[in-house]
Amino acid sequence: MEPLYTGSYHVAKDDYTSAGHASADIKRQLKQIGVSGDVLRRVAVASYEVELNLVIHSLGGDLTLNVYPGLVELISSDIGPGIPDLKMAMKEGYSTASEMARSLGFGAGMGLPNMKRNADDFDIKSTVGVGTTITMGFHLA
Amino acid sequence: MEERPYHSVRLAKELCKGCTNCLKHCPTEAIRVRGGRAHILDTHCIDCGECIRVCENHAKIAETDHFSMIRQFKYAIALPAPTLYGQFRGLQNPEYVIEALRCIGFADVFEVARGADVVTRAIREKLKQPDLPKPLISSACPAVVRLIQVRFPDLLDNVVDIRQPMEVAANIAKTEFIKKNNCKPEDVGCFFITPCPAKMTAIRRPLGQKKSDVDGAISILEIYGQLLPYVEKMMNDPSYRPATKYGVAWSTSDGEANAVCPENSLSVDGINNVIRVLEEVENYKLTDLTYFEGNACLGGCVGGPLTFENNYVAKNTIRQMVSRMPEIHPDKDIPTSILNKYPMKNDDEVLPRDAIKLDDDMAVAMKKMTTMNEIIERLPGYDCGSCGSPTCRTFAEDIVRGYCTEMDCIHIARVKIKDMAKQMLEIAQTERS
Repeated sequence: MEPLYTGSYHVAKDDYTSAGHASADIKRQLKQIGVSGDVLRRVAVASYEVELNLVIHSLGGDLTLNVYPGLVELISSDIGPGIPDLKMAMKEGYSTASEMARSLGFGAGMGLPNMKRNADDFDIKSTVGVGTTITMGFHLA
Repeated sequence: MEERPYHSVRLAKELCKGCTNCLKHCPTEAIRVRGGRAHILDTHCIDCGECIRVCENHAKIAETDHFSMIRQFKYAIALPAPTLYGQFRGLQNPEYVIEALRCIGFADVFEVARGADVVTRAIREKLKQPDLPKPLISSACPAVVRLIQVRFPDLLDNVVDIRQPMEVAANIAKTEFIKKNNCKPEDVGCFFITPCPAKMTAIRRPLGQKKSDVDGAISILEIYGQLLPYVEKMMNDPSYRPATKYGVAWSTSDGEANAVCPENSLSVDGINNVIRVLEEVENYKLTDLTYFEGNACLGGCVGGPLTFENNYVAKNTIRQMVSRMPEIHPDKDIPTSILNKYPMKNDDEVLPRDAIKLDDDMAVAMKKMTTMNEIIERLPGYDCGSCGSPTCRTFAEDIVRGYCTEMDCIHIARVKIKDMAKQMLEIAQTERS
């Protein structure tokens, strides 16, 4: 089904200065569409986490917002490097963040768990050498 | 029932040149320049007064009550904001200002700092409750509460439901005066001496209260000149029990947070800084924080647009005065009996003021949003303001809301005119051959 509304953002690797802009824009757009309350805030948290993950861990990727009747969907799709051990990656406190990211206060190992906690539907697929795709669904009341 | 919105911040049409200064500085994008002059959008304006500060032509004004209005009451009580004390350099003691207010015609004076002491105590009692939203957000700055209504409606549950110091002061002042002087309630009027237009609006259209107990607001700027000679004359002879240093310090940023919750609070001043931090609160990033104090003006109320002294000097005056005042906390100074005797809690709900949504129907809103994004792609992105909207994005929004058309963009119009001229030339040349 075609989404009723769609917006897409490119997120570059190691671009810490713009980090957070895409998720801030997603929140603003959702407010203008009329999404509010707990769903809005959960999307805001998850989109920030996923955007930061693209900056910190990926070689670059796209963040897409789709709105369907009753559903907000966020898809993050990157061009690598892929996650070798998904089970470990989903564990709270586990992080492979670089020294650079850690020096900026990131790398607490809460990114993926936080996304999963905030989304109603969460799916992650990753192939080493190809890339990672995360799909999150948020149900509109 | 929603009343027609009232705003203290107004436009003096005859002075407005239609420039883009206010347009570019409005934190809620509430200004448009149309037909050669500025217009304020009732739905978006939070009365913060930023436009008053930046208007070179003094075309943005704050409506406050004229001093002569106190004569409409047999007895007028002055409610000075503690910010007033910061206006007099070298002031040792608030008492001189209080006496000076009597000298210029007020029957009695009740310090709003005293109200702040009572509110401090009330909030501290509230903070003892379990399961409070985190952080609890101060309701003292009405511009910030209106900002939350307009831009962060999901945070309204975090806003503390205790009345403003001004309101608590008015209620206590009136009740005590009527009792002491055995007079009729309608003979007594309470006037807030205000540093900002937001408080004026909060009196006419109260937030969280059905009706304000304050009868009018007189700007500090208007009576500063009258008070000054009296204050200078009296700078010797203290004999009055004033508000505590904590109440007085509410006039500067961090004063409230320091009184209410020094253990774990955040104070932010300047409306754009407040917006930035509230975004984080909305994203659950500050849930370990107990109390949030936001002031629309830099430096706190001492930075209000209706003050005389510059906010840094005023802050220093307050700090020096406070450092000389005895160390008494409202916890000790305000008995809980006062909290039970006078109304502390709001008696009305603070509702969202929806100015963000493009349409009530989500499907229509999404269509508009899509169109808006397409328009943004076509716009030059200069954010020049020539169209009368603050940015290209807001201009696109104004188009989908039906307020203007793409041809209002001079850059788009220029390209169109160039094309048309080219076509006309072609037509002219075809006819000749």
